[in-house]
Amino acid sequence: MKIHEYQAKATLKKFGVAIQDGIAIKKIEEFDAAIAELKARGINQFVVKAQIHAGGRGKGKLYNPNNRDELILEGGVKFTTSVEKAKDYASKILGNLLVTHQTGDEGKIVQTLFIAEGLDYKRELYLGILLDRAVSKNVIMASTEGGVEIEKVAEETPEKIIKEWVDPAVGLQAYQVRKLGFALGFSGTALKNFQKFLPALYKAYLSTDSAMLEINPLVVTEDERVIALDAKMNFDDNALFRQPEIFNYRDLAEEDALEIEASKYNLNYIKLDGNVGCMVNGAGLAMATMDIIKLAGGEPANFLDVGGGANKETVANGFKIILSDPNVKAILINIFGGIVRCDRVANGVIEAAKTLNIHVPIVVRLEGTNAKEAAEILEKSGLNFEVAQSLKEAAQKVTSVLSN
Amino acid sequence: MSILVDKKTRLVVQGITGGEGSFHTKQMIEYGTKVVAGVTPGKGGTKFEENDIPIYNTVHEAVLNQKANTSVIFVPPAFAADAILEAVNAGIKIIICITEGIPTNEMLQVFNSIKEKDVVLIGPNCPGVISPGQGKVGIMPGFIHKKGNIGVVSRSGTLTYEAVKQLSDLNIGQSSCVGIGGDPIIGSQFAKILKFFNEDPETHGVIMIGEIGGSAEEEGAAYVKKFMTKPVVGFIAGRTAPPGRRMGHAGAIISGGKGTADEKMKVMKSAGIKVVDSPADIGITMKKALESWKTKTETKKTEVKKKILVTKTKSKNIIKKK
Repeated sequence: MKIHEYQAKATLKKFGVAIQDGIAIKKIEEFDAAIAELKARGINQFVVKAQIHAGGRGKGKLYNPNNRDELILEGGVKFTTSVEKAKDYASKILGNLLVTHQTGDEGKIVQTLFIAEGLDYKRELYLGILLDRAVSKNVIMASTEGGVEIEKVAEETPEKIIKEWVDPAVGLQAYQVRKLGFALGFSGTALKNFQKFLPALYKAYLSTDSAMLEINPLVVTEDERVIALDAKMNFDDNALFRQPEIFNYRDLAEEDALEIEASKYNLNYIKLDGNVGCMVNGAGLAMATMDIIKLAGGEPANFLDVGGGANKETVANGFKIILSDPNVKAILINIFGGIVRCDRVANGVIEAAKTLNIHVPIVVRLEGTNAKEAAEILEKSGLNFEVAQSLKEAAQKVTSVLSN
Repeated sequence: MSILVDKKTRLVVQGITGGEGSFHTKQMIEYGTKVVAGVTPGKGGTKFEENDIPIYNTVHEAVLNQKANTSVIFVPPAFAADAILEAVNAGIKIIICITEGIPTNEMLQVFNSIKEKDVVLIGPNCPGVISPGQGKVGIMPGFIHKKGNIGVVSRSGTLTYEAVKQLSDLNIGQSSCVGIGGDPIIGSQFAKILKFFNEDPETHGVIMIGEIGGSAEEEGAAYVKKFMTKPVVGFIAGRTAPPGRRMGHAGAIISGGKGTADEKMKVMKSAGIKVVDSPADIGITMKKALESWKTKTETKKTEVKKKILVTKTKSKNIIKKK
């Protein structure tokens, strides 16, 4: 699960991590009160930051959501010392469509704005914590090349990324913090501040069951403070059950409406851009089915794993979700019944097809327990199914319905 | 022969009284697996339904009283990490964890605390291990399998069943099928299972089914390149998956441009693995690989025999001359 920058900063603050101070607002009417509060805290220069889950906000462009040709503002992150200008930026960002290299062409409507303290800093660094799957340990990555895309740094100048792995038995050690601190070029007061900053950050990462925590940039101010100017956090979905505070940060407006609908039925659905919908049991087989659609000349319209207990209800709900995507020109159902009986799934498919009035061709491949009975049931139904016995045949039938 | 599960397997089911646990225990018994005990804390002293299997409060008691040597875990995600450690502590050497949804931080602790020990952990979030005709420890449908000589190792469940079905339909049996699990941290990666298969004389070839995310396939390929003496057929699921999205499995995610299917396939191919583009071709490709491997080994054997003959005649001649 992803959260917004302002939520990540609120979370980090609780663990004693030095962050760029600020206030989040949802409406422009809240602007004046926010500025008054920030001024009371001694803040006199401001950064107005659009809050969406995608990155690349600073270089993004804001458009009128009702007229995509109307460019309203260049840049979703704006610095100013003037309150009037800050308000102007705020009104141009809030409620408008922000398009960045990560959002794709459709962009995201900005629903929340973070008005933060404008800091004067002399250095921009990078800090990230994530799981290194190759060694099954958390790794802290640091780089002097902050403020830019870290993937680029990793590719072009990998020697500029310093890594330190944490042994889970003993946790992050003081010498590791020093090592990273010296590698980042810290000394004196700044080093002392970093020695407070990093352990607090690592504690926040562990305690919140974070799956990725990125501070880019980490800045050093003129007065040697070490501060998280930006903060990005992802969380382990498996651990959300014990992280109620984090779970409350879930922003449904940032998620795809169909994906939210699917999650209500315990369906694992991801919307894609293709023309062939698919319904599969099991994540690996679902990915393989998408791949086969592509090889058959189509493009997968979705990933949909109906899970281990495929039954009448899951099939019907799966159909509904797939069909709400207008791009779908054909559907491939691929169920490998192990414990699940295929004849029951077949009956579910027929019932759903009858009640939902499906207008696109459906290729059905049911394999495993009672597969033969299932094929007979489908053939006899009188409905327009393309029944396939094997995966190969399913692929061929997809190709033929697409060419018709 | 087979790997991990055989006729000597004495299984304890952790979480035997739960919905999943009790259902699959019956299925495993039906398949012929020797289920010797169950564990559910608080239900010690009772028996498992009509099968009369003793239930204990602790894994330790199951080991002590029933000589259990293998464990399968069906306990809910919040308690599964603890269940793994309990099994390790009780002296179980093969632990198969079916449970899906264990927090990564907990698996991080478990993995690092057991990695130096003489224990094999399979999973979590996996279908388990089956050695056809000998026993099944997990949730896979037994009837699609066939006794034979192909090892299957995979990160996914139903996709493995698909590969197995293709093999069985071609009359190619399996020595053992191992689902290693779809999580970011799992007990055994490809390389370890490939090694087991390489060392198992009854396994003549291996099917390796990977998916996007992580680098376990690349490490497996490195093992194949260096040590594997048997043909390996590979497939990677998720060529069409977009980056940054978790495709069902917690471990199936392309992040920072790493872990793509194309990259994995390239590395596997360069290691000599026969990588198929379509999952529909897994079985048939294995069949062909097996045939050419057999011809090769037979030619080698005859060559060796010829050499021996030549040397023998030569030495005979030498003796004669003397």
